[in-house]
Amino acid sequence: MTDQQPIDPALWRGLTQSRTSRRRFLQAAGAGAGALSLSSILAACGTSGVTNSAAENGVGTPTWWSQQPETKTLNYANWPYYIDTSHGKHPSIEQFTQQTGIQVDYTEPINDNTSFFTKIRPTLQDGKYVGYDVIVLTNSDPPLSQMINAGWAVPLDPSRMTNFKQYASPLVTDPSWDPGNKYTMAWQSGYTCIGYNTKYITEDITSIQSLFDPKYQGKIGMMGISTELGSAGLLAIGVDPAASTPDDWSKAADKLNAQKPLVRSYYDQDYIKALKNEDIWISMVWSGDVFQAATYQGYDTLKIVIPDEGSMFWTDNQLIPVGVENPVAAMTFMDYVYDPQVQALIEDYNAYVCPVPAAKDIIAKDLKDPTVANSPTVFPDAAMVSRSKPYYQFQTADQLDQWNNTFEPIYTG
Amino acid sequence: MLWLVLFFLIPLVTMLSLSIQTCNSFTFACKLTWHFAEFPNVISQYAQTYVRSFVYAGIATIGALLVAFPVTYWIAFRAKRKNFFLLMLLVPFFVSFVIRTTAWYTLLADNGAILTALKNAHIVPESFHVLATPLAVISGLAYNYLPFTALPLYVALERIDRRVLEASGDLYSTRRATFARVVLPLSVPGIFAAFLLTFVPAAGDYVNAQILGGTNTVMIGSVIQKKFLEAGDYPGASALSTVFLVLMLLGIALYAKFLGSRTIEEYV
Repeated sequence: MTDQQPIDPALWRGLTQSRTSRRRFLQAAGAGAGALSLSSILAACGTSGVTNSAAENGVGTPTWWSQQPETKTLNYANWPYYIDTSHGKHPSIEQFTQQTGIQVDYTEPINDNTSFFTKIRPTLQDGKYVGYDVIVLTNSDPPLSQMINAGWAVPLDPSRMTNFKQYASPLVTDPSWDPGNKYTMAWQSGYTCIGYNTKYITEDITSIQSLFDPKYQGKIGMMGISTELGSAGLLAIGVDPAASTPDDWSKAADKLNAQKPLVRSYYDQDYIKALKNEDIWISMVWSGDVFQAATYQGYDTLKIVIPDEGSMFWTDNQLIPVGVENPVAAMTFMDYVYDPQVQALIEDYNAYVCPVPAAKDIIAKDLKDPTVANSPTVFPDAAMVSRSKPYYQFQTADQLDQWNNTFEPIYTG
Repeated sequence: MLWLVLFFLIPLVTMLSLSIQTCNSFTFACKLTWHFAEFPNVISQYAQTYVRSFVYAGIATIGALLVAFPVTYWIAFRAKRKNFFLLMLLVPFFVSFVIRTTAWYTLLADNGAILTALKNAHIVPESFHVLATPLAVISGLAYNYLPFTALPLYVALERIDRRVLEASGDLYSTRRATFARVVLPLSVPGIFAAFLLTFVPAAGDYVNAQILGGTNTVMIGSVIQKKFLEAGDYPGASALSTVFLVLMLLGIALYAKFLGSRTIEEYV
């Protein structure tokens, strides 16, 4: 996997901002002078892109951190079904409030990286508070690196990362998408792998080619998400997605187009419902969803497999958006979840890939849940790690556009 | 006037402008470049989806008319407690659109209550399924937009002067002839309005195809929604919307010409 090229924020801003804002000023002046030609009206709708980066305002420097007051509230935005829940409450959060006196408003507004980012982007551009002190974004989709590149992620305070430094798994420390954990700490990781129903599929599934098997025509589910679908296509033609080229992309798209008559539907989150309803028998899935369904919800014929070709391995990352109002509380909570006792509570509920290996013994002994503790998709062993594939990292807007233009028409056509 | 500018003109101009801008998907800077290439792109790429959307919406609208006409006719002419039955017709639609569609999804699932019963009775083969077929999407559209069909129809039927029907009877017309030569022609404006009010939202619908559909039933509304919200491709999505808008306006203009513009003025 290639690393993100760090771009000097000042250069970035110079390249993107000054010209457009001057343009906008002239347009506004022109419009004010009464030159209301159609062209100028249309042009005034242009948007200037990246503004109000953290570096521009000196946010996230040691001096800035030392000036931040310790507030007693925290607004946290996460994905659904991602934290321990018991009778509508979250024990790990209640414990946090008891220990620190910080009231946490934990909400679950994120269902999709891009659409969530699209919603908060105008506020970030204005340099205002987006309403959340911590948000969680996945490394597989562009918004995470877009946030970092635009300078909209607040650099973390290394002095408030004690649990992280002590307990974080090597899978999530110093990751390629955020060298040195300058901006992010992982929430959970997971696999995009294969899930199937053993009630209908009796053979042992070991290869991603099973998703392309005509035997299962009309009972196959794929994901209608361009990074996921594209990566699955690349794995199926034997190409490592992180090292792929646009040529490989079009070959993968051919493979996926040929598969289309076999596919029941291209799903987002709702694949899990189709799998539970038995509308589909085999599908691209996110590991934790199927694990939760099989272990806790009685769908015990559902099974997950990491195929021989490998599975895409992603990580959801906690980060602090610019305009933050409670940065100290945010840091405190982000680090708090790396306490193995706390992580055990969270992990035992969501069953994704745990960022704290030390939680394993606590889940096995104190929480007495060996199914989770011994699962290789929760605490991956060396063999599992070797089959984990990283995503392609987009270096330029052109690459991203080309990827989307290659894979989007498959599920929107 | 101000209202029109605020809620119609500004959004429309913004959309037109966006469709000829070029946006950088990394920095999000959008610049007006008069880049018209997006239009041929989306038309060639999504021609089939446009056609499909209009065909589905057309069939769904006709289906909804066929269901709504007898019902509203009965309520308008035969029922004793009109308001009660009208309310009964509309009550299901007080529940959220998405929830109703999801309910159909559950009912019609391959192993759901309905299909399991039919399969056990050997009325349909084991591999039969409704979801992920055009039939599911079209039925979903027809069902969801039924109130838009039923209400204008009801208003038109209710408005018909009963004395005209009596006169028809007095002139020795049979019931059937009265219906065909008096009721039906007088309800044409209602049918016209019902068709328009059902067809337009149905063609742009993005919920039914998403929930009930499969790989080859994608409608243009879903594509636009995905492009705007998931891909963040504003110019592409705006171009798609613009093309859709133009096609729709052309269609409506032809339709109005065919049925006469006076009826439009009266009923829309």
